[in-house]
Amino acid sequence: MPRLVSHPDEVKIVSRRFGKGAANIDRYLELGGYESAWKCLQQGPEWIISEMKASNLRGRGGAGFPTGLKWSFVPKQSAKPKYVLVNGDESEPGTCKDHLIFQHDPHAVIEGTIIAGLAIGAKLGFIYLRGEYRGLLEIMEKAVAEAYARGFLGKNIFKSNTEFQIIAHTGAGAYEVGEESALMESLEGKRGIPRIKPPFPAVVGLYGGPTVINNAETIATVPHIIAMGGAAFAAAGSPGNGGTRLFSISGHVERPGVYELPMGYNLKKMIYEVAGGVRGGRSLKAVVPGGSSTPVLLPEEIDIGMDFDQVGKVGSMLGSAAVIVIDDRTCMVEFALRTISFYQHESCGWCIPCREGTDWLKKTLTRFHAGFGEARDIDNILYLAENMMGRTFCPLGDAAAMPMVAFVKKFRGEFEEHLSGKGCPFAGHAELAAV
Amino acid sequence: MSDETMTIFSPHLAARLDALAARYPVRRSALVPMLLYAQDEIGYVSQAVIAEVAERIGITELEVRNVASYYSMLHFKPVGRYKVQVCTSISCALRGADELYERFQKELGIGAEDVTTDGIFSLEKVECIGECAWAPAIQVNYDFHEELSPAHVPGILASYRGKSGVGEKTPHA
Repeated sequence: MPRLVSHPDEVKIVSRRFGKGAANIDRYLELGGYESAWKCLQQGPEWIISEMKASNLRGRGGAGFPTGLKWSFVPKQSAKPKYVLVNGDESEPGTCKDHLIFQHDPHAVIEGTIIAGLAIGAKLGFIYLRGEYRGLLEIMEKAVAEAYARGFLGKNIFKSNTEFQIIAHTGAGAYEVGEESALMESLEGKRGIPRIKPPFPAVVGLYGGPTVINNAETIATVPHIIAMGGAAFAAAGSPGNGGTRLFSISGHVERPGVYELPMGYNLKKMIYEVAGGVRGGRSLKAVVPGGSSTPVLLPEEIDIGMDFDQVGKVGSMLGSAAVIVIDDRTCMVEFALRTISFYQHESCGWCIPCREGTDWLKKTLTRFHAGFGEARDIDNILYLAENMMGRTFCPLGDAAAMPMVAFVKKFRGEFEEHLSGKGCPFAGHAELAAV
Repeated sequence: MSDETMTIFSPHLAARLDALAARYPVRRSALVPMLLYAQDEIGYVSQAVIAEVAERIGITELEVRNVASYYSMLHFKPVGRYKVQVCTSISCALRGADELYERFQKELGIGAEDVTTDGIFSLEKVECIGECAWAPAIQVNYDFHEELSPAHVPGILASYRGKSGVGEKTPHA
């Protein structure tokens, strides 16, 4: 079972029930569970949305869109049923926070889904978990069954003459399905090919009905916002970036783990104090700040607050808040190759720039890393990546291309060192995997 | 499915699939979960699985194949009873996934996508499994194993061999 970590700087809002047995409904109720949903039933949709807007909660999947605003886009009247869809297809390399939410606090996901449903007037919600999370799906299904048995889900929730049902659903292996329109396709029993937008899901979504799609962490945060008040949640974060965030810290640090820290927390401090610094006293070479798709940062660029706006100012993104720390023995060409290999594997093949771009980038980097590179390959990698961006239905093309541009621009010297004909200068004494 | 219909699945799974098909606003939404649960029991997405799932959903076999081929966890040929999936994506790679994979290769005597002769294990490299902060990690069927080093490999394999009911050394190994 994944190890829980702790640090004094943490502000535990979303993770406050981790390790406390809250997967059991009685324990969840003891810890204040389902009080927020009850409060929302009494206050009504407009109040819920105003609290959500006041909270400055921004989508935890990566795009950072304000959740309250997203909910407000759903039309009040609709001929077709409305739906809530929770995205638990957590697959962006580096990201492992939803894993802990499903394991330790499944009822928070259920309660957040109920609240989203009340806010938009939906009667059915789906919680979609990636197929690899079977053990976590079983935890979710048990929690859903408990919530039905206690009357928190069903035709008459909280005896209020209001209907809300939840289905926990498994995927079967596909990163691409984490993109919201592909997620809907997958839930409809199709290949996870993205839809063109507009129309946006809030207007035409699942089964053609208006649909709110939120990341699992976003949804699990909602009951806490209702409990503490939107303004108090906003105050826990930085301007325009409400509350806290679950940071998945991985790679070459002494104490990797998932830490809940206020939005805007300093990245350098996060690495050196919270996660204990670079492992084995090595020096820092690079940091990927928000999951594998976000452009890499150099050590001199990490004295920044970790929120959507501040990371954006240094040319990267907060993304899924997955901080990947890389030490000085790591070959950045190989790191780039691993990164593109992921996107090449996961590209659904629908858009040619993504399908061909990821494939050629992988081929070029494989050859290059093996010592058969040519000087012109370096600019060709840039050319390929830059020509993928903005030319695909969904963000996967950009997600693959953006980090490649940053790797080449920031580590061009390291690419050039591979040109000597001897192959990787890190091979044999370092490599990615050195322990 | 009506009671008279033949099924290739156990009564338990057949009942589960009946419930799955009924619970969505649109029956077809049950397709991907059905294929995965069927694979869990049968071992892979066989022609018989495709045929029965197509009938249960009410779509053609071609449509089932078209969807199934998209999802990386669904496979169309038998694999080992225990599928050893070593994550070699970036966070695991930074913490020794390659050495871990090599040790599995050595202990099992098979390469990527291969199955051991006794049919107990298959081995593959997989992309990120959502265990990044506890790297390197693997998944054996649906069980996660975290924070591993190559020294853990023999113990992990022995525990699954034990569960399989086959001794440390199989007669033909």
